[in-house]
Amino acid sequence: MPTITIDGRKIETQPGKTIIEAALENGIAIPHFCWHPALSVAGNCRMCLVRVGSYKKGADGALERDAEGNPVVQWMPKLQIACATPVADGMVVDTVGEKTIAAQNAVMEFLLINHPLDCPICDEAGQCKLQEYAFTHSRGESRFLEEKVHKPKRVAWSDRVMFDGERCILCSRCIRFANEIAKQPVLTFVERNDHVTIELFEGTTFDSPYSMNVIELCPVGALTSADFRFKSRVWEMSFTPSVCPGCARGCNINIGVRDNQILRLEPRPNPHVNQYWMCDAGRLEQYRWVNTGRISGAAVRRSGSLESVSFEDAYRIASNLLSAAKGNAMMILSGSVTNEDGFVARECAAAFGIEHVAFVERNDPTFGDDFLRSSDRNANATGLRALGIPSTTWEELLQRMHERMPAVIYFIGADPFAEQDGSGWEELLRSGGAIIAQLSNHSQLEEIADVVLPAATYAEIEGTFTNCDGWVQYLQPAVETAETLRRINGMAQSRLDEFGAPNDRWTHGERRQCRPHWQLLTGVAGAAGYSIAYRSAAEVFAAIEERVEAFNAMNYEALRQYRGIRLGRGNDPEPVGVVYRSHYMKPQSD
Amino acid sequence: MNVTTNTRAQRMTFWEKLYLPEIAKGLALTFKTMFKPKLTRQYPEERWEPLGSYRGRPVLVLEEDGERCVACGLCSRVCPALAIEVQAGETEREKERYPVKFEINMLRCIYCGLCEEVCPEEAIVMSKDYDIVFHSQEEAIFGKDKLLVPIARLQERLEFLRQYK
Repeated sequence: MPTITIDGRKIETQPGKTIIEAALENGIAIPHFCWHPALSVAGNCRMCLVRVGSYKKGADGALERDAEGNPVVQWMPKLQIACATPVADGMVVDTVGEKTIAAQNAVMEFLLINHPLDCPICDEAGQCKLQEYAFTHSRGESRFLEEKVHKPKRVAWSDRVMFDGERCILCSRCIRFANEIAKQPVLTFVERNDHVTIELFEGTTFDSPYSMNVIELCPVGALTSADFRFKSRVWEMSFTPSVCPGCARGCNINIGVRDNQILRLEPRPNPHVNQYWMCDAGRLEQYRWVNTGRISGAAVRRSGSLESVSFEDAYRIASNLLSAAKGNAMMILSGSVTNEDGFVARECAAAFGIEHVAFVERNDPTFGDDFLRSSDRNANATGLRALGIPSTTWEELLQRMHERMPAVIYFIGADPFAEQDGSGWEELLRSGGAIIAQLSNHSQLEEIADVVLPAATYAEIEGTFTNCDGWVQYLQPAVETAETLRRINGMAQSRLDEFGAPNDRWTHGERRQCRPHWQLLTGVAGAAGYSIAYRSAAEVFAAIEERVEAFNAMNYEALRQYRGIRLGRGNDPEPVGVVYRSHYMKPQSD
Repeated sequence: MNVTTNTRAQRMTFWEKLYLPEIAKGLALTFKTMFKPKLTRQYPEERWEPLGSYRGRPVLVLEEDGERCVACGLCSRVCPALAIEVQAGETEREKERYPVKFEINMLRCIYCGLCEEVCPEEAIVMSKDYDIVFHSQEEAIFGKDKLLVPIARLQERLEFLRQYK
C-alpha cells in the first residue's frame, strides 16, 4: 500500500491510482478540466499541475532534516499533472503551495486568452467550470489586448447537441466520451495551434442515443442542448433529485423546475445504477407529459358526458361501482406506478374482493441496448413483482375480457390507448362494464371512463421505484400540486419560489388537482368503509417494509443516503463511496 | 399635593402673551416672499428636467437593429425587490440570445439602479421618467413595449455611466 503525503496529510492509497484519484477519494479537490473518472486520461488541459517530490535521504538512508527538524523534500524540477502521475510510496504532493497556484493561474490565463466574454449569452453561465476557476485561479483581468481567435459558432452536431468552437477549451472530454462511452467515434480535433477546434468526420452526425451527456460533461458552454437552449438561467431553477421513469433502468436524474414547470432533466451520478449518464430519450421524453396535457380534477360520467366533481364524490361513486360488482372486477396497473401504489392497490383489491390484479408489461426490444437502456419500458416492474403482483400483457387482457367481461375495470395508471395502438379496446370497453380510470394525462380512455381520478406523476410524488437490477430508489416531489406547497412540504425551492409572492407572475405555474395513486385508492376504499388508512407515502413504505421480506429494514432516509438499496439488502446496504462531481459550484440537489 | 407653578405660560411676558408682534413678523415674511421669484411649477405643463445622474424608471436601450439586451438575467438576479422577469429566446442575430419577454413590475421597483450597474451590455439604464402612473396592478407591469426606448433619448445617462460607473 503506497502512502503519500498531500499538503502534509498522510494518505494511504492503492498502487496504480493517480494523484488526482487518491486526492478525490480523500476529499482533496485538485482543479482540472479534462480529467473525468469515467473517461481515459488525456492530460491536455494542464490545469491539475501540482508540485511532486519525495523526502530527501542521506547516505545512511535516514531522512534529512532542516534546522527545525522537519524532513527536507526533494521536489521534481518541473510540476507534474496530477491526473496522469501514478502514486508511489513516499511521494509528497503540494496542491496549495505558491508554485502550484502560480502554475495553475498561468494555465487559466492561457485558457482565457481566446475564450469569448459571452457569459451573458452562454447557457453554462452559473454552472461553468471555467467560471469556477476564474474565481479561484485568475488575476481578474486580461492582459491580452490582441484580437481573439474566431472559430465556427452554432454548429449543430445533431438535432440535439449544439457546438460553439470559440467557447471550447479543447479538453477532449466529448471526443473521449464519443469513443469510449457512446461508442460512436465521430469527433476529432482539426487544425493546429490556437486554431484547433473539434469537428465531426465528414458525413457523420453525433446522434448516439447517449450523445446529450456531453452537455453536462463539457466543462464550459461549448456544448449546449438544442432542446433547452436559453429556456432559463441555471440559478432560476430548483433541482430535485429523482429517478427517470422512462425504462426499467431508473437512471438517477435531477429535475430542473421553474414556475412549477419542468424545464430539463439531467443525469445525477449514482455509481450503483447509471454512473454519470442517462439516455437522450429519457432526457427529452420524460418531462413534457408532466407539463402538458394533464387531467386536473376528478370527473364522473352523467348522462353521457364527463362532469367535474369533488374527490369525495368521485370516491363514493367509484366505490359504489366496485361494491356492486361483488368481486367481478379487474384491476389493471401500469408497470410504472411506485411500490407504494402497487402495495395499496393490492390491499384495496383484497378489501373489495377483486381477484384479478395485474400490471401490464411494456416491452420494446428496439429501445433496449447493452448499456443503460432497458427494453422493459416500465419503471417499476421488478418492484411490483416483488410485491406479489403478477404481470400480464394487453393481448392477454383483451382475450380474457372477450371471454368474460368484468362488471368493473379499474385502470391504475395503465392506459391501452397510450401504451399501444388501442385497437380493439374501444369497442370492447364501450360494450359493457363500468370503467374507473386513474390517469395523469388526457387520453382516449378518458372519453370512455365512467369515473376519472386525476393521478399525480412521478415528479409530483414521494415514493420508490425498483429498477431492473433490484435497486430500490427514492423519488421526491419536484412539482407542486394543488395540495402541496414547496415551503411547507420541504420541496426544493429556487430563489423566486422562496421570495416571490403569490401575486407575482412567475409563481403562476399551474398547480393541478391530482393525487398519488395510493392516495386515490385509499380514498375509494375509505368511501366503501374499508379502512386502509395511510396518511403519507412514508407510512405505506413502512407497511411494505414490515410485510414484504425483500424490503426489510429499508426506509426513505437510508434509500436516500445509500443512493438506492438492493432488494433484500436492507440490512447491509452497499456503500456509495465518494461521488465525483464535475462542476462543483453547479446547484446541487443532493 | 405637588403643583408645578413654573409653566411656560407663566414665564411669558405681557408682549409675548399678546402674540401681536409675532403675527406682524409672520406677515412681514409673507409680504417679502410675495415679491420674490416663484418656485412653484405649473406641473404637468411645466416639467422639471432632471440631470443625467437622476435615477428614474429603468428602461431598455433600443438600438437601430433592435434591443441591446441579451436576456442574461443578471438584472433579474440582482434586483433586491424581485421586480424583473426575463425570458430568453434564440435569434439569428450575432448575439444569439434576446429577451422574448422582459417585464418590470413597477410596483416592486425601488429605483435602486442595481440592474443598471450589473448589466454587462449597458442595455438597461435608469431614465429620467419620474411620473409613473397606473390604475391597476396589471397595468403596473411594464413589458418590452413600454421599456424599450431609442438610444438617442438616453445619451445623457449613457454619458454619465461612462464617466462615473
